[in-house]
Amino acid sequence: MGGLYRIPLNVSRKIAGDPFSVCHASETLRQQAFTNPLNTLQMKKLINDPLKVADELVEGLVDAYNGECKQVGTRSIVKTDIPEGKVALLVGGGSGHEPIYHGLVGRNLADGAACGDIFAAPPPNIVFEATEEVDKGKGVLYLYGNYAGDVLNFDIGAELADDEDIEVRTVLIWDDVCSAPPTEKDKRRGIAGLVPIVKLAGAASQTAASLDELEALAKKAVLQTRSVGVSMAPGAIPATGKPTFELEEGLIGLGMGIHGEPGVAEIPMTTADELTPKMIDLIFEDYEKDDEVEALKEGDDVLIFVNSLGATTMMELLIALRKAKACLTERGINIYDVMIGPLVTCQEMAGISFSITRMDDELKKYWEMPCQSVCFSKMEGRYGG
Amino acid sequence: MGKESLSATETRDMMVAVADKIIEAEPILTDADRALGDGDHGVGMERGMNAVKEALASEEFTSVGKVFMSVGMAMMSSMGGASGAVFGTLFRSGGKAIKDSETFGAAEAATFFKEGTDGVMTRGGAKPGDKTMVDALLPAAEKGAEVADQPVCDALAAIAGAAAAGRDASEDMIATMGRAKTLGEKSLGKPDAGAVSVAIIAKTMADFAAS
Repeated sequence: MGGLYRIPLNVSRKIAGDPFSVCHASETLRQQAFTNPLNTLQMKKLINDPLKVADELVEGLVDAYNGECKQVGTRSIVKTDIPEGKVALLVGGGSGHEPIYHGLVGRNLADGAACGDIFAAPPPNIVFEATEEVDKGKGVLYLYGNYAGDVLNFDIGAELADDEDIEVRTVLIWDDVCSAPPTEKDKRRGIAGLVPIVKLAGAASQTAASLDELEALAKKAVLQTRSVGVSMAPGAIPATGKPTFELEEGLIGLGMGIHGEPGVAEIPMTTADELTPKMIDLIFEDYEKDDEVEALKEGDDVLIFVNSLGATTMMELLIALRKAKACLTERGINIYDVMIGPLVTCQEMAGISFSITRMDDELKKYWEMPCQSVCFSKMEGRYGG
Repeated sequence: MGKESLSATETRDMMVAVADKIIEAEPILTDADRALGDGDHGVGMERGMNAVKEALASEEFTSVGKVFMSVGMAMMSSMGGASGAVFGTLFRSGGKAIKDSETFGAAEAATFFKEGTDGVMTRGGAKPGDKTMVDALLPAAEKGAEVADQPVCDALAAIAGAAAAGRDASEDMIATMGRAKTLGEKSLGKPDAGAVSVAIIAKTMADFAAS
């Protein structure tokens, strides 16, 4: 049981990143942490009944939306003013990863979200309740991360919708290139890339003439979006306070999933400038190896998203972005726009991911539309554009 | 003296007994899942079975199939995750196949386990040997077909025996599905938590029919 999670997170990452300067302080703090198990950040969660966390966070989310969205049925969030005849976009998944997925409902974004319990897929009745509410006669596109539980429950939700003659299509998000080879995309997980993908599909859904058209755009956005993540320390399960996974002390999980699913390798903790090129290289390799997509090449325009899994700070993200930009520029890739921040999280998990979306004229058009939600807002156009 | 067949009301009472037994077994299921999965199976099943009891208490049944469909819908709606979907599918698909039956005899039991198992395999994509609930369900369904002409008490006893043997056999399998798949050979020596649940469900059904 040598996991880093016993030590306050900010200290553990200092030890890992700069083993010499904080050596003595870390020993003392480590002893304190072991003698007083409450002396960890993640044990101090400001919650009420641990079993009601998901319900209460959705209530708070409705308050945060301040009238823009409402709660529907058991535990869904839906926009209040979806126009008749609009092709609808529904997202969803387990709670506990805020601000996604339910924070991505909003102006020029998703029309609704089916919210599961903490780290659990939403049951079919919740999916169906959300579907019924967002459907305005032109059908509903389900757009969510490729996890077994989500697929099972959304599929049953789609069958319930079919019983009521609501047309549903599904596009799965599988941007995590470390979760399976390009020939087995059906085994890949959806991670941070879902934010740009939902942003693009949400914009397209405003003017999409048909469910076919929106489905095609969403598929293109998924195909052109690839991510690589790294885990440095676990988050804590709200109901139990237990860590979501364990890592050997001093090691980080390259390609590890946001719930601790295995990735490419566990490697010693290193510096931002050592780690970033490794991660960017994995993304390039994937575009190269995948027969369904062209390799990234000189002159391509990309959107880059640097995500924090929760505890990793904006300071660290900025340091990583600086190196990532250098890696891309070196290869002649243009950074078309930048997203940065903790949008796809797993409680106080320490970790970072890079997502690259290759932009063509159609994707740029939808990217440049303004959007607003609790999770992600932008003005018209792009930074520097 | 065991029962020849069960009425719809008796079938409901049987499923209430199943719900009680699963709720009682929560620590066993939690331990089984903690060894291989994320440890939430016991709590999920407990939540599902509490919803089942609530649903069954509020309805009168004439069709035995509807009892099982009601169980399936309650589990699906309350549990979430993959286990809510697959256990819900077991009871919904199995129940749907006998929704016109007013009594639950050995033939209905055989149909229930066969169609329920087919539903689970189609929905979840698990095959025999993947170390999942299918490894307890499929032997139970196969046994059910062999004993479909017997009194329901004997048939369910045989089905429960097959499910228990399937659960035990899952100890020697390597997980390839769900979160346990990441453990590979480390999953050897422990039964699958879903298979443990299936064995408890079948055993409680058999005990009820035997009394």
